[in-house]
Amino acid sequence: MNAPAVAPSVLAPAPASEAVLAARDLSFAHPGIGTVFEGVSLSIRRREIVALLGSSGCGKSTLLRVLAGLAQPAHGEVRFLDAPLAEPHPRSALVFQQPSLLPWLKLADNVGFGLDFAHQPRSDGAARQARVAAALEAVGLAGREAAYPAQLSGGMAQRAALARALAREPELLFADEPFSALDAITRAEMQALLVDVVHRWHSAVLLVTHDIDEALLVADRILLMGGSPGRVLREWTVDLPHPRDAHPEALTALRLAILGALRHSS
Amino acid sequence: MVLNLLLPLAGLLAAALLWAAGAGWLAGVTPVASAFAPLATGEALLQLVHGRDLWEHVWLSLQRVAVGLLIALVLGVPLGVLTGLSAGFSRATTPLFQFARMISPLSWMPIAVMVLGVGDAPVYFLLAFAAVWPILLNTAAGVAQLDPNWLLLARSLSATRRETILRVILPGITAHILTGVRLAIGIIWIVLVPAEMLGVSAGLGYFILDARDRLAYSDLMAAILVIGALGYLLDHAARSLHRRWLHA
Repeated sequence: MNAPAVAPSVLAPAPASEAVLAARDLSFAHPGIGTVFEGVSLSIRRREIVALLGSSGCGKSTLLRVLAGLAQPAHGEVRFLDAPLAEPHPRSALVFQQPSLLPWLKLADNVGFGLDFAHQPRSDGAARQARVAAALEAVGLAGREAAYPAQLSGGMAQRAALARALAREPELLFADEPFSALDAITRAEMQALLVDVVHRWHSAVLLVTHDIDEALLVADRILLMGGSPGRVLREWTVDLPHPRDAHPEALTALRLAILGALRHSS
Repeated sequence: MVLNLLLPLAGLLAAALLWAAGAGWLAGVTPVASAFAPLATGEALLQLVHGRDLWEHVWLSLQRVAVGLLIALVLGVPLGVLTGLSAGFSRATTPLFQFARMISPLSWMPIAVMVLGVGDAPVYFLLAFAAVWPILLNTAAGVAQLDPNWLLLARSLSATRRETILRVILPGITAHILTGVRLAIGIIWIVLVPAEMLGVSAGLGYFILDARDRLAYSDLMAAILVIGALGYLLDHAARSLHRRWLHA
């Protein structure tokens, strides 16, 4: 659980068979705004929870989009399951800050949304139903299949959004500040739930967050992003069992290290 | 709960009393006004409701509403989607639309009759022309207010263009289209009666003029009540359609 500083350029990608996602020397520029990030290399191993930590506007959400195949990098390459990524991979899923459920669909149809799309892996209706049921069960929404989004609380809606991602049985779950719109109590519940379900689903996670404590409580590895244009500045491994709040001293030490690095970088 | 029911009833009763008082006072000035009184109107209404005549007029008028609304939807929704998607098209057309929207559709009536001839066609034109603006503008607003995450979600599912339009965009703007339809129905219903006063030989607007020519003033008042009640029901139906879609 020591926290070695690693220069971004020598962040060794995990062996190909181990990595769900590997990105090398990515850069991205917005027309008119300029370079958002550059020289970003990172890899995510199977079942690993990686937090991408950084202040607002450091380019971490844009990096997530590039890694998810929703935007093309100006330079560099993203590989998903050892193949170049040109568009979103069927075995990846997204969770946003807002649940963004489709208000005209019942909960079960929201969770199963898109599983029948043309570019998704073929699956019959019964299999899709089973996946939806398992996902709803996992997030504690079994029995609410017929509810509409307008009838759910904010926390329940975000659970449903998580279930929608799980129903795709993702190898890698991209989560962009998924809990930052929730109240503190619900947020803590959701953080514990996320860790629980991705372990059961054997999914890896890339969690974009600006909340140090969230990164500490959830992630196996924390990447600190900062600078302008953005880069991955430091990396820490959090080698503590869940639930993490049973180890306050170790967390505090790591927290101070991260805060120190943040001060240093700004 | 009881108050929720009683207060509107009290309001209607007060209006009826004022109506009776007004008609009574007017009858002192012009005796013919006694035909406008609530009781005489009620009797006429009962007779009309039991006859076939009124219902034929109502049926024709409702058909015209449906045709006008349909034309407005067929034109307004695609134009609204285009306006919402293309900033250039929106900028090019907004002044024109806002300008055209503020012209009372009835002012087109002489031209419509001249171009389209006497009959149903100019009425359809006037109704569609009145109804297209709220549908167009609400559709455009709906497209502009689509949750960008829905589109991102569709992209993350590698949705085809067709899937994106049919499964995300169209259902996503339906609530706005329904708001437009509700406003359109209100406008159509108001424009309908005067539009039917020219060049057609049936419908509620025609019935009003016909009752006047027959000096059947109680029938005329009864027709006014029918127009109000039907309009109320149409608006109610459009509202509940909107609510059902949103499941709110």
